[in-house]
Amino acid sequence: MESNKTFKYTILIGLFVPMVLFILGAYNGVMQTLYRAGVLHEDSFGGINYYQGLTMHGVINAIILTTFFAVIFGHVTMGHYLKKQPPKWSYLGSIILMVFGSLLDVVLMAMGRAQALYTFYAPLKNSPFFYLGTSLLIVGSWLAFFGWIVIYREWRQENPDKKMPIAVLGTFVNFTMWFVASLPVAYESLVILMPWSAGWISDINVPLTRMLFWMFGHPLVYFWLLPAYIAFYTVLPKVSGGKLYSGNAARLAFLLFLILSTPVGVHHQFSEPVLGQDTKLWVTVLTFGVSIPSFMTAFTVGASLEYAGRKNGARGLLGWMGRLPWFLSKNYLFGYFICGLLLFIFGGLSGIVNASYSLNQMVHNTGWVPGHFHMTVAGPVLLVILGMSIYMYSKVAGKPIKMLSVVTIVPYVWMVGVALLSHGLMAGGLMGEPRRTNLGLSYTDPSSDMFNKHWVPTTTVTMIGGILMGTAALLYFIAFFSTALSKQTEASEIVLPESEELHEEKRIGILHNMRPWIAVSIMLTMITYVPSLINVFKYSKPVENKFDATSPVNEMKDATTKNAATTIMNVEDEKVN
Amino acid sequence: MNKYEIRVIVLSSTILGVFFFALLFNVFSRKIDVPTCIPYDASFQKAEVRKVDDDYYEVYVTARMWNYDPGEIVVPPGSTVDFYLTSADVVHGFNIERKGVNLMAVPGAVNKTTVKFDEYGEYRIVCHEYCGVGHQNMMGKVLVTNSAL
Repeated sequence: MESNKTFKYTILIGLFVPMVLFILGAYNGVMQTLYRAGVLHEDSFGGINYYQGLTMHGVINAIILTTFFAVIFGHVTMGHYLKKQPPKWSYLGSIILMVFGSLLDVVLMAMGRAQALYTFYAPLKNSPFFYLGTSLLIVGSWLAFFGWIVIYREWRQENPDKKMPIAVLGTFVNFTMWFVASLPVAYESLVILMPWSAGWISDINVPLTRMLFWMFGHPLVYFWLLPAYIAFYTVLPKVSGGKLYSGNAARLAFLLFLILSTPVGVHHQFSEPVLGQDTKLWVTVLTFGVSIPSFMTAFTVGASLEYAGRKNGARGLLGWMGRLPWFLSKNYLFGYFICGLLLFIFGGLSGIVNASYSLNQMVHNTGWVPGHFHMTVAGPVLLVILGMSIYMYSKVAGKPIKMLSVVTIVPYVWMVGVALLSHGLMAGGLMGEPRRTNLGLSYTDPSSDMFNKHWVPTTTVTMIGGILMGTAALLYFIAFFSTALSKQTEASEIVLPESEELHEEKRIGILHNMRPWIAVSIMLTMITYVPSLINVFKYSKPVENKFDATSPVNEMKDATTKNAATTIMNVEDEKVN
Repeated sequence: MNKYEIRVIVLSSTILGVFFFALLFNVFSRKIDVPTCIPYDASFQKAEVRKVDDDYYEVYVTARMWNYDPGEIVVPPGSTVDFYLTSADVVHGFNIERKGVNLMAVPGAVNKTTVKFDEYGEYRIVCHEYCGVGHQNMMGKVLVTNSAL
């Protein structure tokens, strides 16, 4: 494939920009553990207050970094498997919108104009431009997807008999789900929140905004996760020295994600009013269903690794585990994948607890939840992002990786860090330790009358984990930027490690056609969300509320005066009566 | 897909089936459930501890930046309490320690749950949803005691 320079630069910018921002994201993560452990009894440090830092940590790490990676990994996947590059309007338009949107968000967060966290906490307001920036980032990622559809159609005409490569199927599943799921949040951002934040409309239905957000919020976590799954199925068997155990199982897993990812958002809302118990129980069933493709992935990836270990001469039942390329700098990607997978065992199991209806009452919004998702999004997702980012940068820029031994050791340090951090958060969570809270100002400050001594050991373990993660991130940044800023010495190429399948399997038609799966997905989404929407309008009322995070005064001043006027009128009515 | 893969799917589905049965058992047999929804109107914005019966109370809580009203709820041991929770401004949390009461206070909606207090003591209520700069100071309590109300 002849890819032109602009496309390659697009890929490099798409890897470089989010990695620079991730420095800020990671720094704010470490700082939070210091506040929470009561090492800092301050509301801000170094010009960034706790909640501002928390917002940066969440938005940069979980939206900007992950979306950029999904797009760039998609570009490289298409380039490698289809030997084509997307049309210029698509990749160029995409990167411009994404970079501009992200920078807009980062500037607003740095100015303190957006600290209501990225879950769009209406009636706490952000600057209207924050919602615009996030929308541009999302629309930018759509443009890349539209370009891939164009080149896939061309490829299909040129290769009518070939199977759709698994990595391409995974990418298409991921972006189809992403596109469908971002419609409600686009509606929420552009039609409800932006006009309300700008002051054009005065009332807002808060339960409606929350439902729309979580309709997007859960597919979002699968949007982070699926690129990692693509790498586990198509890259990991190769870098561990084996083959993919079953291609059909991989396809089925992706298609199950397609139908089950979108309708499960309500499982983030078990503690909320308005949504019925029946809906909540139903999404528990669906969420249990969506764990099946993850169990299948665990099996298929495990079997592929066992095959690799036995090929390397392992004997006995478990001997294969020792014969994998641990700590081997030639196969440095293996470390990123395996450490992510080990964390994900616990991340997945704790996720089943979260999704389990009444069991969720023990853990909702406590430290347990970030404990859980640091073993998913900061486990397999981030480790695949880090490993594949430096791999792709090095190949596309033609620059050999600097400090290879550091790059090899990073995932192991990171894994130990996450394990400690998550253990602390989850143990604290079971004792009611709240998430997203500057504990150092009250609950972990011995001089405060709100001091809770039970949360000191747990937040301390969390902090040790956070510092280890920070150390691993620092090592990675040094290696990544040394590589990125070095001179080109090799030919530049758009390439990925590609795993072969172990068996030549029978072609199953339904696994090669996305349309029926998309139809089922839309049906399940309707079954879940039509009753939810009816409930929202039946059980809740819009309110004329708008608040800045720093003040308990309602900014809808008209509302206050109007309400006061109504009260006076009522009183006068009563007098007359 | 071979027989091992089919076994994995069957086995993991069975385990999840057992989990689900455990949840249903708790709902129907032990009455452990998630909050219910009831239609909202502005009259829920009253802070009140209402004694319905010697051991039955209705408590109407309004969460606001950055306290609960009432901030201290006193009930005798053995009481069953219906909590009705709403918010006057932004979204807040309402987590009663050791009781597994975990509610969101959402403006324009009312959340309801029922809980029984058997043991004497102080149960802290922690706001566990970000609600602005004073979030970490937002705490209330339930006092379970025999002393006069």
